[in-house]
Amino acid sequence: MNSPELAQKRLVEIISRCNKPSVLRKVLFSFFLLVFLFAIYAFITQLVKGQIVTGMRDYVVWGIYDVNFIFFIGISYAGAMISGILHLLHVEWRKPIIRIAEMITVISVIIGPVFILVEMGRLDRIFNIFTHGRIQSPILWDVVAITTYLSCSILFLYLALIKDYALFRDNTELKIPKWQRYFYRKFAATYSGLPEQKKLLERALTIMSAIIIPLAVLVHSVLAWIFGMTIRPGWHSTIFAPYFVIAAVYSGTAVLIIAMWIFRKFYHLEEYITEKHFKYIGTILLVLAALYGYFTFSEYLTVWYGSQSWELEVIYKLFDFTDYGAWFYLAAFIGVLVPMLFVGLPFLRNINTIMIGSVVAVVCMWIKRYLIIIPTLETPLLPLQDVRPEYVHYSATWVEWSLTAGGMATFCLFFMIFMKFMPIIPIADISEAPENKEFISEKL
Amino acid sequence: MSKKNKKDSSRRSFLKNGFSLAAGTILGGGILAACSKEQEPPAPGDKVKVLTADGKLMEVERGHALCCNVPSSVEVRKGIPGRHFVMVIDLARCRNARSCVSACNKMHFLEPGHEWIKVFLMQDSEDTTPYWMPKPCFHCDTPACVNVCPVGASFKRDDGVVLVDNERCIGCKFCMAACPYSSRVFNWKAPSFKVDAKYSPTSGVPQVVGTVGKCDFCPDSFITGILPDCVTACPNGVYFFGDKNEDVVTNGVESFRFSELVKEKAAYRYMEELGTRPNVYYLPPVDRRFPVEEGFENMPDSIKPAYQVKRAHLKKFKI
Ligand code: SF4
Ligand code: SF4
Ligand code: SF4
Repeated sequence: MNSPELAQKRLVEIISRCNKPSVLRKVLFSFFLLVFLFAIYAFITQLVKGQIVTGMRDYVVWGIYDVNFIFFIGISYAGAMISGILHLLHVEWRKPIIRIAEMITVISVIIGPVFILVEMGRLDRIFNIFTHGRIQSPILWDVVAITTYLSCSILFLYLALIKDYALFRDNTELKIPKWQRYFYRKFAATYSGLPEQKKLLERALTIMSAIIIPLAVLVHSVLAWIFGMTIRPGWHSTIFAPYFVIAAVYSGTAVLIIAMWIFRKFYHLEEYITEKHFKYIGTILLVLAALYGYFTFSEYLTVWYGSQSWELEVIYKLFDFTDYGAWFYLAAFIGVLVPMLFVGLPFLRNINTIMIGSVVAVVCMWIKRYLIIIPTLETPLLPLQDVRPEYVHYSATWVEWSLTAGGMATFCLFFMIFMKFMPIIPIADISEAPENKEFISEKL
Repeated sequence: MSKKNKKDSSRRSFLKNGFSLAAGTILGGGILAACSKEQEPPAPGDKVKVLTADGKLMEVERGHALCCNVPSSVEVRKGIPGRHFVMVIDLARCRNARSCVSACNKMHFLEPGHEWIKVFLMQDSEDTTPYWMPKPCFHCDTPACVNVCPVGASFKRDDGVVLVDNERCIGCKFCMAACPYSSRVFNWKAPSFKVDAKYSPTSGVPQVVGTVGKCDFCPDSFITGILPDCVTACPNGVYFFGDKNEDVVTNGVESFRFSELVKEKAAYRYMEELGTRPNVYYLPPVDRRFPVEEGFENMPDSIKPAYQVKRAHLKKFKI
């Protein structure tokens, strides 16, 4: 069977499998929608009453909105780094999973910045950033970096989709609504699999992945600098940018594994997303966990050893069990060691443990971001005096939690919607001959 | 047009002379004090005494005095040419009377618990003495808050004052995270005071929901020769306000040459090593006039909990 026919056959198979009506999916969709709508209600409450309804106060001026922002931008590394790097290296086994990775990227880069918007006191004046923008401010760097990153990620996803859209366009078997066909026809452009077209597309994708990797690094570095540029203990660190980048790739990879697991399970994609994929991506996760642990160790060791009193105040809050200790040890040790053990020890390693390890990693990374932001803000230079007692400690309110849940729900909703329009397995790609034979061995 | 120019030039000459006159004679200092003793927000019929360019004392309606000096938006951002405003705070005189706090709050219509000026109980180490330390914004010469502001809502003027334009601020709170002295507060909800005034960054009134506020050195007052409210409200003369270029600071009763005062009393700036170059100088708490415990004596119950959070090495006080 030659490749176009094979591709068409797979297309019909995968699409009908993914679009099979299922009660579970309807229930989940409605659930996510409800959570999303509740988040909208929470947001309107905040708009009407002001940010007094959040847990943020004069000292802790940024709360879990910022945690979510960093978290989502971090997740976006799945597509940018993993699929970008694997693409550049022409790793053949990447093909079935890159679509999922790139979808994660685009969706999380859309959701992340929304949290920054809801964090602003005067959302109505957001355009002042363009009319009065000052390039000296790291926030401006962030705006520029993230918008570029988002456009490049969308482009990257789209370029990789062209071949699949061409398949849809040429398909006669599937029942596709007219408007959707029109959409596919438009977006497939005139791609018809000619060798020149293929080469051009390949080149474009290579260029995009070469662009998107440094861009992704930059985005998270700038984000880290928002904190690093202030003279505050726990933030003012020279390794903050690489530390954030590693943390981001780590959490992005973990989310990718979770997504792979879910899709494999629910859409029975076992023949495409195989155990091999989990082991390979798992190995990447292991390396990243080790790197991340190393950065954490290095960061806190130097600060603790240096023993500047202001810095120590934050450190002791993190180390002390009566304060943030439990969370800190959970995030710094469990969040690194559990994934490492599950992937590293052969007798523990299987698809399910790797996925559990990834869940642990993702949860711990969220907690770690919380521990980066909140304790530092709770530790001003001057003593916390002459200030209302309720300003001293931060605890998020229902508004903030609802919006956080809303963000997660929107992430899933987007996935469900995106899936309607793009096959989650790059069908055309996997049906093609291997691009680089040398890389292929029986073991792969 | 010509009228406006005239007005401008007369104001400038007034400013040029205002502080030197105050410093030149004890009387002058007294006048400054007399004309700014009122802590009431401007009300119709409320008269203030101002010092004119030729040294005469005049009584004008307070609202009028302010209205005629409403600077243009360019002036608001540039400040008064040739000036460099500074404050000297004498820690030996402070006993946490909190008059400064209430005066400033009243003048700027701040919600309770939303102070622009705070009074800290400090103790540098176990063996050294505890003392009270009032802290307004330091109006730093390299202000971290201004550097990070994405829209230029926080700005540094040529006369040293750092202001916030609440009509431009987008409420990102980056400045609050960046200010190492926690000088900034946020309007978390709509202000409960109804103020009948047009907003200007120099008056800082009324408060604008979703934006940042902080001590502004009261430019609307000093432009008319009136000292900031915290200065005149203090019963112990802790605050000295003035112009570094002219080398004069006054607390309304006494005036000093700024350079001599800071030299003689070995003034310091808080956490100089942060590189923010504050414009607020502290005179060390030597020969203190009041025992530190006195600060707790008249403290209203509503304030007490605010002092219960303490640093590890701070002596235990019965509050
Ligand atoms: S004390 Fe803080 S708010 Fe005031 S000028 Fe300095 S950095 Fe800015
Ligand atoms: S909160 Fe307002 S003043 Fe502060 S940095 Fe943001 S825009 Fe500037
Ligand atoms: S100078 Fe003005 S704004 Fe600053 S603390 Fe004193 S009264 Fe308040």
